[in-house]
This record gives sequence, C-alpha cells and structure tokens, in this order.
Amino acid sequence: MLSGTGLVAGYHRGQRVLDGVSLELEPGSITGVLGPSGCGKSTLIRVLALLHTPEEGVVRLDDHRVDRFRHAAPAALRRQVGVVFQHPRSAADPRHTLRRIVSAHLPAKSPPQETDRLAELVGLTPDLLSRRPHEVSDGQLQRACLARTLGTDPRYLLCDEMTAMLDASSAATLVHLIRAQVHERDRGVLMVSHDPALLAACCDRTLHWEELARPT
Amino acid sequence: MTPPPLLRVQDLSVRFRLRESIVQAVTGVSFDLLPGRLLALVGESGCGKSVLASALLGLLPGNAELRGRVRLRESAGPEASPDWLDLTAAGERTLSRRVRGHRVALVPQSAATALTPVRTARSQLAETIRVLRPGEGDTRGAADRLAERVGLRPADLDRYPHELSGGMAQRVVLALALTADPDVILADEPTSGLDRPLVERTVDMLRELADDGRAVLLITHDLAAAERVATDVAVMYASRIVEQGPAGEVFTDPWHPYTRGLLDATPARGFRPLPGHPPDLSALPAGCAFRPRCPRRDTCSGDPAPVPVAGRHLACASGPAEPVGEGDRRGAGRSAEPGHAGERGC
Repeated sequence: MLSGTGLVAGYHRGQRVLDGVSLELEPGSITGVLGPSGCGKSTLIRVLALLHTPEEGVVRLDDHRVDRFRHAAPAALRRQVGVVFQHPRSAADPRHTLRRIVSAHLPAKSPPQETDRLAELVGLTPDLLSRRPHEVSDGQLQRACLARTLGTDPRYLLCDEMTAMLDASSAATLVHLIRAQVHERDRGVLMVSHDPALLAACCDRTLHWEELARPT
Repeated sequence: MTPPPLLRVQDLSVRFRLRESIVQAVTGVSFDLLPGRLLALVGESGCGKSVLASALLGLLPGNAELRGRVRLRESAGPEASPDWLDLTAAGERTLSRRVRGHRVALVPQSAATALTPVRTARSQLAETIRVLRPGEGDTRGAADRLAERVGLRPADLDRYPHELSGGMAQRVVLALALTADPDVILADEPTSGLDRPLVERTVDMLRELADDGRAVLLITHDLAAAERVATDVAVMYASRIVEQGPAGEVFTDPWHPYTRGLLDATPARGFRPLPGHPPDLSALPAGCAFRPRCPRRDTCSGDPAPVPVAGRHLACASGPAEPVGEGDRRGAGRSAEPGHAGERGC
C-alpha cells in the first residue's frame, strides 16, 4: 500500500498547498481524485512520488516510512512509484528520439527488444520511435511518456491529468491500457483529473478533493 | 440565403518532403468558413489538423509542398461577385501586411506559452497594436479597451504571464488576436490542458465572436467542447476530411464509422477506444485510410472520395452508417441516400 497521512506541503514558507491531506492507494485498483485546477492535486502527486518532501505528515510505502529523505529518496524506492504528467511536451527531452525517451529507465544493457515491447504496449508503431518530440503529436508523445514510466515496472502509477491534452480515442486507449496494467500486474493507480466523466468511466472509486482534506 | 463565405478552402493538400519519406499531412480538404458560423475541425492526435491551420496562414515550414487553393474574400468586394485574395499565391508581404492578424487571426494552442515570459501582457498587447494599427494614437487606451472586451481588467495587463491564471492568459491571447478586428478567427486547440469550466468559457467566447458575424474555425480534439459551440463540424482522419455537416446532425447521427468511433470513445458515451492505430502519415494506404480499423471493411470498396449526401459530405464508399439503436437518433431525410453513395467506387 502507498499512503499519505495528514500531509502538509508547500513551496513557500507559510503557503500551504496541502493542509492535512490523506490518501491510501491499494494495489490492483484505480483511485480517482477529482478536483479543480490549482487545488493541490499535482503537489500531492509530487509528495507521493517522493519528489517533494512534506513539511508534516507521513508517506508510507508498504511498512516503510518514506517521507524523511533529505535529498533524493533511494532509487529502489523511487522506482516503485511512477508518474505520468499532464504535459508530455515538458516531460520529454526535445532533443531525444522517442526510442531514447521510452528506454530512459531501462537498464543500460537491455536489448532493443525491451524498448520495442514497451512501445508496442502503449501502441507506438516502430517508425515513430526514430522521431523526436516535435515530429509527433501530443497523444503519441504521451504514449511514449507512459511507456517510459512502465519501464521501471512501478508498483504504483500516479497519473496527473494524463489525458487532458489528448483526443477521445487516445485518452480511452491509454486508460484501458492502464486498467489492463492494474489487473495483470496488480499495480495501484492514482488518477487525478478535473473530468468527472473520465473518472467515473475508469476508476474503482472516486474521491472528491475535499474528502482528502478531512482532518484525520 | 446563406451569406457568401469569408474563407474558401478548395482541394487543399499539404505534404512534407523528408529525407527518407514524404509525410502527407493534408489531402484534398475543402470547406468554407462563413460569417456567423463556427466550424469545428475534430480528429485524433496527429491527423493533420494543425498543419491545416498553418497552411491557411502561410505559416508552413520551407519543406512543405502545397496544392489547392485558399481564398479570402476581399472585404470591399460586392457580395454577389466577390473579389478573392488567393492566399496560396500571395507573397509574404501581402500575408503579413494585409492578412495575418488583420483579416485572419490565430488563437494559438497553450496561451501561457504563446506569451513571452519576460514582458508584461500590456507590453505584448501594445506591440501588437503598434504593428497592426499603426495609426492608433492612444496605444494604452486601445489596450485597455481590448482587455475589457475579453473580460479582463486593465490592471491585469500589467502582470507578467506567470502571474496570470490559465483563464487570464487565454483572454490575453484572445485580445491579441482581436487587435485588428479580424473577420476570420482560427483557434488551434485553444483549450487543451484547461479544466472544464475554463474550456467552456473559452469556447463560449469563440462562439460569441461567431455570433457577432465573424467566421470561426475551432480546431480541437475535445468533442464535448466542439459539440457545445459548433454550428458545423468537419471530422478529419489521416489527412482527409471524412465527414462534414451541421453540428447537430453529425453529433446525433454520425455517418462515418470513424466519427461514430470517436464519439463512442468519449467517457460519456461508452469510453470504447477505436481498434488499432491511426496510420502513419508517411505511409498512407491507397484508398480509404480508415479501412483497417473499420467495422464495415469486408463489404466496402474502400473509395474515400468525399460525396455530398443530403447537405452533408461523407467520404465513405459504404454510405451513411445506420443509426444505432434508439429511434431518437435517426436522422431525417436521408433514408434514400445510401444507394447514391453505393453506386460509386470500384
């Protein structure tokens, strides 16, 4: 289980973006969190992904407390939590080919077939792998970003408005893909969005942001 | 009687010659932009929508090859026999001095990144006013009036882009586009990445511009947004427009299996993705590019030439799809048409 309890976090002194937020993610299920722009959803994801240290509160990965690392959390822990961000353009290095982006988290000696497997998993055709981000669409680039995240075989997948930039069919494809990942690989997924229809269609349970901020 | 179009696109094709391949981004696209109408151009990522917008403004990169015609109606001409300015033949000087921003304005994707981060909104708007309206004496007052027109307070203009919310940045970009009071507005994915209330406000503003008598092209992958404001819809797949018609008809009774698939992929209508992938635009199959994904592929000749059917255009050799299930979706006045489309092809 990946959980946050009573999380308080922010970027400037005295400005709390999260103020007592709690959330638990179970393996093998998709949890949706619905909230408007600017409510703190992305900050919650950063905290749960061990990318941002909370001022107060506890993050637990299984039985381990993982919120107190002064700098980066150990790679072995970070690799267990993957993130897919909203804007694929700012999440992918514009100088790299899609092949390099997809293979970013694979061990250096992995065979090219491993990259091909990840690409196929997300529906990227082989010809796209030789292109760079400016030569593909947002939807195609987001697939590459998802493939990259799956490269660490994360047990938890945090999706931050993952489909906001995508067309309906790409969005549906990616969400079905994530559902398959949940069932086949027993991953736990957090799907954060402002679109209630999307969450209703893909999540096992959906929480409103206000419910997370309840005092514990 | 419908007014004559402001912008007329006829058989437009755009391709890019790369070192190893040719990318066919737009194929044989035709449509009119009419005053008072909002045409939504919808389709999956990478189908050629944005290239089309660039082509209309002469903003394609140097390796693009363009065929067909894009013509803009001269505002001074009589309505019955209008003079046309051929944008595909016009030089850079004509386009920059008379067309871009003046007659045809672009509302770009991602307002926040379209603005220069190092200057205030006012400075960017003032610069645009000086370029597009050289005779304007009171630049500051003109900027304030534009701000009010898009629902911003004049004081908001004194902020830097990072101090603007997404909605405010969107309004600044719209104010930039409206500087010279253009009569054609091209909005290229103006809502991607915005949350739902903001999407709705943005497209509502575009609809108001159309209601004021402008012609608006809304390029979007957001079907819900398109359905909300469009008067007409063109559905693009693999560089071609596969279906085109009045918004009410296309959304309630889609004819092309691709349109139907796209609608069924929305969370509100089943959330079923289309099978397979869109084809690579550098290796388009001959004939209908949708065929490999089409539920009717076994019985179809695969000729994708667009034909007018009952006031709509359809590029499907099998003719309009039967309405699904419920009787209320059955479109009026089209029962005789499938035969018409069926006799072509092969």
